[in-house]
Amino acid sequence: MTKPLHAAVLLFPGSNREGDVARALRQAGAQVEIIWHHAERLPEGTDLVVLPGGFSYGDYLRCGAIAARARVMDAAREHAAKGGLVLGICNGFQILCEAGLLPGVLMRNKGLKFIGRMQTLRVETVAPFFTRRYKPGQVVTYALAHGEGAYVAEEAVIYELEQDGRVAFRYCDAAGAVTEAANPNGSINNIAGVYGAGFNVLGLMPHPENLVDALTGGVDGRPLFEGLAAAA
Amino acid sequence: MKRRIVVTLKQSVLDPQGKAIEGALKSLGLEGFASVRQGKVFDVELDGVEGAAADELLKQACEKLLANTVVESYSVEHD
Repeated sequence: MTKPLHAAVLLFPGSNREGDVARALRQAGAQVEIIWHHAERLPEGTDLVVLPGGFSYGDYLRCGAIAARARVMDAAREHAAKGGLVLGICNGFQILCEAGLLPGVLMRNKGLKFIGRMQTLRVETVAPFFTRRYKPGQVVTYALAHGEGAYVAEEAVIYELEQDGRVAFRYCDAAGAVTEAANPNGSINNIAGVYGAGFNVLGLMPHPENLVDALTGGVDGRPLFEGLAAAA
Repeated sequence: MKRRIVVTLKQSVLDPQGKAIEGALKSLGLEGFASVRQGKVFDVELDGVEGAAADELLKQACEKLLANTVVESYSVEHD
C-alpha cells in the first residue's frame, strides 16, 4: 500500500454518526475528511464517500429524501459512476436509495417500533473492498438503530439483486439461519444490505462502525473498514 | 393558483401505520372501518404557471421529490 485510503464523510443537518464512522475508518488506517453538504466537489483524491447514519433533515418527507437532493450528492453520483467507492450506513442507506444510487426503499419497520440492539447478520456475497475480509456465510454481530429499515423493492428488482449476488448481508439467527423470526423489521428476503450493480456502492441498515472496539461490544465491524482501508 | 397533491402508498405495499390507526379506531369502539391507509397531503400555491405547464410542473415535483414512486402513487386535486 503506497498511500492511505482517502475517505470523505458527508455531513447533513441531522446526521449524527459521522464521528463514529470516521473513527472506525481512521482506526483501520484511512485518512478521513468530514464534508458539509453544501460542497460542490469532493476533496481531490477521494477514494471512498461515506454517508453516515442519523436523521438527516429530521427524516422530513421521507427518510433520506431531502439529503438525497443535496448539492454534494451530484458529486457523489459522479464519483460512483466512475467506479469510486460509496458506503451508506443506516440513514446513509436510505439516502442512497432515495438518490437512485441503490434500488428499492427503506420502509417503516413492520412492528412500527424503533429497534436499537445487537443483531446477527450473514455475510452473503464477499465483494471486493467492502467484505473481502469476511468469509462467505460468516455470521457477524452489528448494531441496529432504526425505525425505517424494512427493505422493499419491486419483485423484478429483488430477483435481479438475488441473481447477481448483490445482497450483501441478511438478518439471521445466531447460528446463521435466515428465518422469519430473525427478521427484525420486515425486510424482503431478510435483506440488511445491498450492493450497486458495480459492487462499488454498498448500503446497509446495521452499524458496523459500532463494533470496532472490544471495550464497546465487539470487533465484528472492523474487517469491513480494514478491507476498505486496504483499497487505496 | 392552488393545488392539493395527495401521496399514498401503493395498494401492494404494506402500510403498518395505517394498520395501527385501524386498530386504534376499533379500540375506540368505532365500528365499520374495513381498512385504513395513511398518506400525505401537500397544499401548493403556484405563481405565474398555469394550464398544461402547471400540470407538468406538478408532475415533475411529484416524481422528483414529493413521492417515491417505488412505493407511492400521487394525484393532483384541482379546486
